[in-house]
Amino acid sequence: MSEKPTMIEFRDVQKYYGDYHALRGINASIRAGEFFSLLGPSGCGKTTLLRTIAGFEEISSGAVLIDGKDAAHIPPNKRPTNMVFQSYAIFPHLTVEENVGFGLRRANLSKDELARRVGEALEMVGLKGFGKRAAHALSGGQRQRVALARALILKPKVLLLDEPLSALDKKMREQMQVELIRLQRQVGITFILVTHDQEEALVMSDRIAVMFEGQIAQLDDPETLYRRPKSRQVADFIGTMNFLPAEAKEIAGGGFEVAVAGLGTCAIPADQAPGGPTGKGASVGFRPETLTILYEGQQATDRETPGTVVEVVYYGDMTYYDVKLDGVAEPVRLSMRNVPGRPVLDIGTRTRVAWSPSALVLFR
Amino acid sequence: MKTPGLKIYAVIYLIFLYAPIILLPLFAFNNSKVIAFPLSGFTTAWFGEMWADTQLFRAFRNSVTIALSSAVIATCLGIFAARASTRFRFPGKAGLLGLIMLPLVLPEMIVSMSLLVILLAIGVPLSIFTIILGHVLICTPFAVAILSSAFQSLDRSLEEAAYDLGETPFSTFRLIVLPLVMPGIISSLLICFTISLDEFIIAYFLGGNETVLSVYIYGQFRFPAKVPAIMALGTVLVCISIILLSTAEFFRRRGIAKTGAKDTGGFL
Amino acid sequence: MSSGGLLSRIGRSEAASGLALISPTAIYAILLLAAPLVTVLLYSVMTDDAGKVLPIFTFQNYIEIWTGRIYRAIMLRSLGVSMAVTAVTVLLAYPVAYFVSFHVHPSKKSLWLFLITIPFWTSYLIRVFLWKVILGYNGVINSGLMSMGLIDEPLTSLNYNVQAFVITLAHAYAPFAILPIYVALEKIDRSLLEAGQDLGESKLMTFWRVTLPLSMPGVIAAILIVFIPTIGDYVTPDLIGGGKLPMIANMIEVKMLKQNEKAIGSAIAVSAMLIVGIVTLIFLLLNRRFLRGQK
Repeated sequence: MSEKPTMIEFRDVQKYYGDYHALRGINASIRAGEFFSLLGPSGCGKTTLLRTIAGFEEISSGAVLIDGKDAAHIPPNKRPTNMVFQSYAIFPHLTVEENVGFGLRRANLSKDELARRVGEALEMVGLKGFGKRAAHALSGGQRQRVALARALILKPKVLLLDEPLSALDKKMREQMQVELIRLQRQVGITFILVTHDQEEALVMSDRIAVMFEGQIAQLDDPETLYRRPKSRQVADFIGTMNFLPAEAKEIAGGGFEVAVAGLGTCAIPADQAPGGPTGKGASVGFRPETLTILYEGQQATDRETPGTVVEVVYYGDMTYYDVKLDGVAEPVRLSMRNVPGRPVLDIGTRTRVAWSPSALVLFR
Repeated sequence: MKTPGLKIYAVIYLIFLYAPIILLPLFAFNNSKVIAFPLSGFTTAWFGEMWADTQLFRAFRNSVTIALSSAVIATCLGIFAARASTRFRFPGKAGLLGLIMLPLVLPEMIVSMSLLVILLAIGVPLSIFTIILGHVLICTPFAVAILSSAFQSLDRSLEEAAYDLGETPFSTFRLIVLPLVMPGIISSLLICFTISLDEFIIAYFLGGNETVLSVYIYGQFRFPAKVPAIMALGTVLVCISIILLSTAEFFRRRGIAKTGAKDTGGFL
Repeated sequence: MSSGGLLSRIGRSEAASGLALISPTAIYAILLLAAPLVTVLLYSVMTDDAGKVLPIFTFQNYIEIWTGRIYRAIMLRSLGVSMAVTAVTVLLAYPVAYFVSFHVHPSKKSLWLFLITIPFWTSYLIRVFLWKVILGYNGVINSGLMSMGLIDEPLTSLNYNVQAFVITLAHAYAPFAILPIYVALEKIDRSLLEAGQDLGESKLMTFWRVTLPLSMPGVIAAILIVFIPTIGDYVTPDLIGGGKLPMIANMIEVKMLKQNEKAIGSAIAVSAMLIVGIVTLIFLLLNRRFLRGQK
């Protein structure tokens, strides 16, 4: 695997607001050209971390390196980064083209050259012809595109996006997610996105750093994060996860023998058990789509276990079943795609659930 | 839900507010030396008399000079204080702001007398300059209030965005902050100008030998013969005030329209 | 405090910038307001001697003011007028503020406010003089009533008395009272009122139990905004009272300038500020429960 060069590096970054420890030792590298997300609940420090790259927050100790250089004494207006703010920060008293061309004011371009580049930038974000419009008369989605054009026209090495989609309605959000991915591929620079929406992060990112309380809990690509979360906290935050109580014993040669309530005993390899050995009080997690309800006559490919359907939620393309596995008090949630041949079950139906040890993650 | 009684009350109240002022044009054009009913016919003689009064013009010119200076200085001081109070935290902020806004809650008499006492003690001669000093003192709180509101409603990320795009703090202020608070600046100038123009106490006690409009009017009150001319002058002054305020309101609304903000209904 | 060197540098630079920025205005206020007020305070405990103020410290000035009959009469008159004006103005203003806030269409609200404030921006001096003209012996009211045949002789009760003061000042300070009440009423969440009515309250009850208490901060502000300047008013007693019914401000002028007794004049000024301060404090304390929950 060819390693792309590092664009942003955090070396033990700490930040205090008075006594409040906002960033507690961040260590991470962001590669050039990747779409990177900082994901976490509000207050976890993700926006603070983003702003340290931009230069709007000073760090208390540690180092932030941009393209190999320590950014410590470089003010925001001199860094090779540009930011799209959460409120878009479009200058209301200027037109769209004045906004987009704002950063080029100091570049001493000829009027024609400036107009050409502004036109290019507007076309790139799909706002061709909007140049003369007043900035305050735009919709939310349009404002965001202007913000993007305004930042990208300066050809920064890194584009920082602070919760850019949170103010948009659902349809617009989904549209812009696709737009952003396309833009990033077209422009080829590093995008760093801050969001609290895990779906958004999973859709758009090459890699995601999940943050809680000022620390990075896990930094991985979306699939690894989803299938092999390193802690219950991460597992819970990304998508939905079911948890079942379990007892685990280490086996010689690595791996664990685990007795899972409601499922049975099986062997789990070490790479499915982040967090080290446990004893009693462990739990095992699995995603809703990794276990299947077996219909009449179907055979499980691996293991199976009995249960009762206690709740049915029909979603159109999916149906979610809450199934109470024998021997477990709390029902687990399974999801089944509604394909032909799979009727929606009634509440109270006795059923068999197919499962496999490869779907399980063992937690401390 | 709409009680007509309340509306009638409000209208009567407005009539009561405007009643004395309506008398100004009424008796300014009235052909009588006495301000009393019944009316005695139309005349513009009083306006003529007012117009011919050279001392009045000198006083008016002085007042305008003072009002312009006070408005500009108070607005500048207001910009500094408002910007500092809305963007920065620093020790003693509450105390300093309290001191700056204090003239709003002190009777004018006390402010003028205290200032007079110290000016006399130092030996500063009373003149237009000392009036300006006093007027700036009482206008600045208004400027600070108006400009604080303008700076407050400025989205902070606009300045950060400008900074991010390569501008310095100074050019950011010039290109982004100033244009967006300009409606507030204009309001402040107009309001301080109006306050200074009409102000009496400071002009009376801190003025030297040069007459100022309000003091001149005060002096004319002693002469019953001059009263109709005062009515004419009053009419003109009221018209000027209304024009100035309508202009201020117009700019306030235009400023809101230009930036697409919401109209919260007035300077306050 | 667990912060690195970098942080305290930033903290200091924000404070330094802030202080530097506010310094022109602050220095102006310190030189021209704080220093003079301190001087007056100092003078008030010194002694007058033939036009000069000697640094002989004494409380004699205050004793004279607080025990002297004439001084007391003037103080009480000022206090009485001010309180009457405040009560009248605020009570009359509340319904108007309520009307504009609740019964005027949002697009027309700023028009109403504009109309209400215009009289305020015209010359106060002229407005007081107009009232003198209106209330005078041969003034507008009397001549109007006589020419309509309603009275035979002019009323003498209109002018040269404290009631005339109250009318004049109430008129002048009306907008001061309306605006803070209006602002407070605007802040009230309308859905609170609807919730009350949804739960079965009558409109009057909703007003009494919800609207009025929530608007109290505005009412308190209005009271203070009217009370404080009126107690120190100079022009109204001077013009309407003809010099025969002086209030505190007129007395200060007499002492400071005409009789050149700056020490006792200062003491009067300080006493006036004390009265204002104490009444304000009492008022704020009594109404603390309305102000809690405000910024």
